Amino acid sequence: MNNVFKHIRHILAAVLLMFMVPAMAQDSISEMPEAAEPALAETIAEKEAPAEEGEKFDAKSFIFGHTGDSYCFHITEIKGKPVCVWLPVIVKSKEQGWCVFSSKHVCELKDGETYNNFFIEPMTSDFKPGKLVEINSAGEVVRPFDISFTKNAFGIFLVCIFLLAFFLPAAAKYKKDPMAPPTRYQGMVEWLTYMVLDGIVKPSIHGDKYKKFAPYLLTVFFFIFFSNIFGLIPFFPFSANVTGNLSITVVLALLTYFFVNVFGNKHYWKDILWPDVPIFLKAFPLMPIIELISTITKPFALMVRLFANILAGHIIIMVLMGLIFILGGMYGTGVGAGVSIISIFMSVFMTALELLVAYIQAYVFTMLSSLFIGLAQEEPKEA
Amino acid sequence: MDLFLPESGLIIWMLIAFLIVFVILAKVGWPMIMNAVDKRNQHIIDSLKAAQEANEALAGVEEKRKEVMAETQAEQIRIMKESQELKNQIMEEAKAQARAEAEKIVADARLRIEKEQAEAMSQVKNEVVALSVSIAEKLLQRELGDKKSQSDYIDQLLKNNNQHIEA
Repeated sequence: MNNVFKHIRHILAAVLLMFMVPAMAQDSISEMPEAAEPALAETIAEKEAPAEEGEKFDAKSFIFGHTGDSYCFHITEIKGKPVCVWLPVIVKSKEQGWCVFSSKHVCELKDGETYNNFFIEPMTSDFKPGKLVEINSAGEVVRPFDISFTKNAFGIFLVCIFLLAFFLPAAAKYKKDPMAPPTRYQGMVEWLTYMVLDGIVKPSIHGDKYKKFAPYLLTVFFFIFFSNIFGLIPFFPFSANVTGNLSITVVLALLTYFFVNVFGNKHYWKDILWPDVPIFLKAFPLMPIIELISTITKPFALMVRLFANILAGHIIIMVLMGLIFILGGMYGTGVGAGVSIISIFMSVFMTALELLVAYIQAYVFTMLSSLFIGLAQEEPKEA
Repeated sequence: MDLFLPESGLIIWMLIAFLIVFVILAKVGWPMIMNAVDKRNQHIIDSLKAAQEANEALAGVEEKRKEVMAETQAEQIRIMKESQELKNQIMEEAKAQARAEAEKIVADARLRIEKEQAEAMSQVKNEVVALSVSIAEKLLQRELGDKKSQSDYIDQLLKNNNQHIEA
């Protein structure tokens, strides 16, 4: 009985705390709407004014500009001038060959201008919005082969460097003296590693085979997890929406596909190509075709699940933020300030939820990957 | 929509970066951690086993100690009993001896007393005899006039004798 009361007390404290945080946020907001909101509104007005007069806040480009990829790392805007980290653009066009230049040249172009015939399509465009395009000699707008080091590429490298910097020193310590009592840092690394190994990998891949696949699964888990977390931190050098980008999840899914099928054993392949079904189902290769397709649909589902979950989370947060400016633009600054209270409350809630999703999605991706790998390693049961 | 089309450039960057990290971590990262932890787990299991065995050995030693203790206790009790018996025996013997000695002393004493008594008696007898003889002598020397003077005389003699004896 006593324990139950203790729990209730804790829950009450947690609930109170949950209400306190938004309340404090509200306070800080309501203290300075007069000062901050008009300034923001002015900035927007300044930005919007030269483009098209009377045009409302462009929610679409706002949301997809922030959730999508970009050639420069936009940090903030001071007095209407963007403060960015300019990332290199690397493209190979059919006419000009390889071109490498700073994204500063193309990001600051006005409408109709080009830099060496390159320019970035506006977000409202139908053809490759937000991407670098080229006007060729025939006057057509074409997309060159583009391996620019974009915001997401930057995000990928940041996570990769973080992973190396986080795990390698621990590994070096373990290599130096495996029997030494682990330090706190080693304990943390160990706990994280064995959370994945004991919780995900070992239950899915039976026997000692897990050791062969553990490095891939661990790398995938921590890559996704830290990408998700970094994506939620809303300032430079984080905030790149790495895992909410199809290009990244497609690579991860392909790697899982590779590990499942290349290391799959005889039994696995026999089950696909000559399963235990009546002969007429496999003579005309209906079952083999279905099975082959299913090997593709599994990683495809992985790819879409991760991408959609993370992207949706980011879009919801951006929409909640955008709501302030949309309503502020429609009904005036006062309404925008009022809405901001609700928006910030909701954003805090969504960000907390996204933290959960960050873990769950990394967990699910790794879990299903190891399950598929484990199934491809299963030996036939003795009847 | 554009969002749902993978970008070739980003795929290439992702592939390169991820594979590099994967290869590095797979070569010098995860195996080190896993090996070290496995090794430590094995070490802990071994140590626990060794501790268990040591405990069991210790329990055996404890048992033996108890056995020895019990044995010694029994021995102690036995020795105590024996010594008690011996003591009793010695005491009995001593008592018997003492009694015998005492009896002997008493007997001796009695013997001596008897002897002395006999001696005394014989002395008394001699004395009495001598006295009687002297009295008789005196009586005989004196003319015996009358009975009365005779008895007076005897009394006088006896008195003198008594005084003589007392002296």
